[in-house]
Amino acid sequence: MSLPPLILGIESSCDDSAAAILRGRDILASVVKGQNALHEAYGGVVPEIAARAHAERLDYCVEQAMQQAGLEYDALDAIAVTAGPGLIGGVLSGVMLAKGLAAGLGKPLIGVNHLAGHALTPRLTDNLDFPYLMLLVSGGHCQFLIVRGPEDFTRVGGTIDDAPGEAFDKTARILGLPQPGGPSVEAEARNGDEKRFRFPRPLLDREGCDISFSGLKTAILRQRDSLIAEQGGLHIQDRADICAGFQAAVRDVLTEKTRRAISVYLDEAPGTPAMAVAGGVAANTVLRNALTGLCAEMGLSFSAPPLALCTDNAAMIAHAGAELFATGIEHDMTLAARPRWPLDQSAVPLVGSGKKGAKA
Amino acid sequence: MLLLSGGIGAGKSHFARRLIQSLQDVPEDVPSPTFTLVQEYETQKGMLWHADLYRLSDPDEVAELGLLDAMQDAICLIEWPDRLQDMTPENALSITFETHAPPRSEHERTLTFTWSNSRWDTICAELRA
Repeated sequence: MSLPPLILGIESSCDDSAAAILRGRDILASVVKGQNALHEAYGGVVPEIAARAHAERLDYCVEQAMQQAGLEYDALDAIAVTAGPGLIGGVLSGVMLAKGLAAGLGKPLIGVNHLAGHALTPRLTDNLDFPYLMLLVSGGHCQFLIVRGPEDFTRVGGTIDDAPGEAFDKTARILGLPQPGGPSVEAEARNGDEKRFRFPRPLLDREGCDISFSGLKTAILRQRDSLIAEQGGLHIQDRADICAGFQAAVRDVLTEKTRRAISVYLDEAPGTPAMAVAGGVAANTVLRNALTGLCAEMGLSFSAPPLALCTDNAAMIAHAGAELFATGIEHDMTLAARPRWPLDQSAVPLVGSGKKGAKA
Repeated sequence: MLLLSGGIGAGKSHFARRLIQSLQDVPEDVPSPTFTLVQEYETQKGMLWHADLYRLSDPDEVAELGLLDAMQDAICLIEWPDRLQDMTPENALSITFETHAPPRSEHERTLTFTWSNSRWDTICAELRA
């Protein structure tokens, strides 16, 4: 039996530069450079947006991945690269490198949608069957997708303002907790009473699967300020209670909206109902438990790929490339970097067609 | 070009969202640009850039984003414009958002308009009237 194809994946659409080598569902090497080093130096808020930085780092990422896998370039069967959406300079440096490699080695070139990489990751990690429901949390966005095939996605709802990760980050900023806010707010909430402060559940009373967290910021800000005004400062317990109340609000909104998205998905009568959650949401124990419980209640299997494969990485790009390659898709030297590239083209009237920018 | 200043939850993004949607035939979602840095929209008045510079550390990154070019030929709504430092455009209208402590309503905001370019004189006089 012949081995599945050996795919090199390249990713540079946002803060990170990355390269990975994949055979089937085996990740032979995965190198990510950029964000971690910057996190340490700048406290996690500084993006590396310079195209030049990507261009400089990408070569090393690829070289290191090849060394880790112990492979010669000749062994590769195809080169997969993120062709969008993202900051144009970064995407362009990845696409140029991939074209160079593909032309030099005489190997097929495959352009991959960065968001498709995220959305297909549960097939790499958990071998899910199509169609499955995906809660995709990436780069400040959060959307429910029904994933039917490597190029077939339907968006059933998503955030209309702040994504959950952003809500956690901003709550941390308001309360003077360290960034990123996900882990620090969760840790703080563990010592808090979620019932002391009742924060709003935005859009809960409205139809559909759209999510809003923006209004929570104002509520938290006001709660903080009124406590400070009353007692001349914020006690540690106050902060913990605010965090717990905030997290409970996010949990309730996310759970209810997920319940609705699951109903939409189950209307299609999928053979093996499954839901996957990618991104920081699955790293939060409270949110994860709520979603796990909901899936059990509604008869879906629940999976959450490991965080290293939910943040930007190239293994997911190699995997999405492999899925496209298997269906016979290849691109030529006209492959263009696309700053905007919505996953669900059909949902244009719903999510908007005029949206551009990174991860639109 | 509008520079939108104010703390978290002051209403910068909300203001931008409503402004963008009011310029569109079919109003679309306007997510926060905090993570993506820039979101671009097509509007009845031409291209519009919605930027959030909070995460930038160096004004040079403004050029990397393509924002300097956009300032020439697109409508720009820029949050956290203090990051622009000496690249702050002189012809912009600056709007500062302030929230208020109780007992004033949580929905209440005070907006302060400042400008130096005379093109805003009439517009702001009309707003005041």
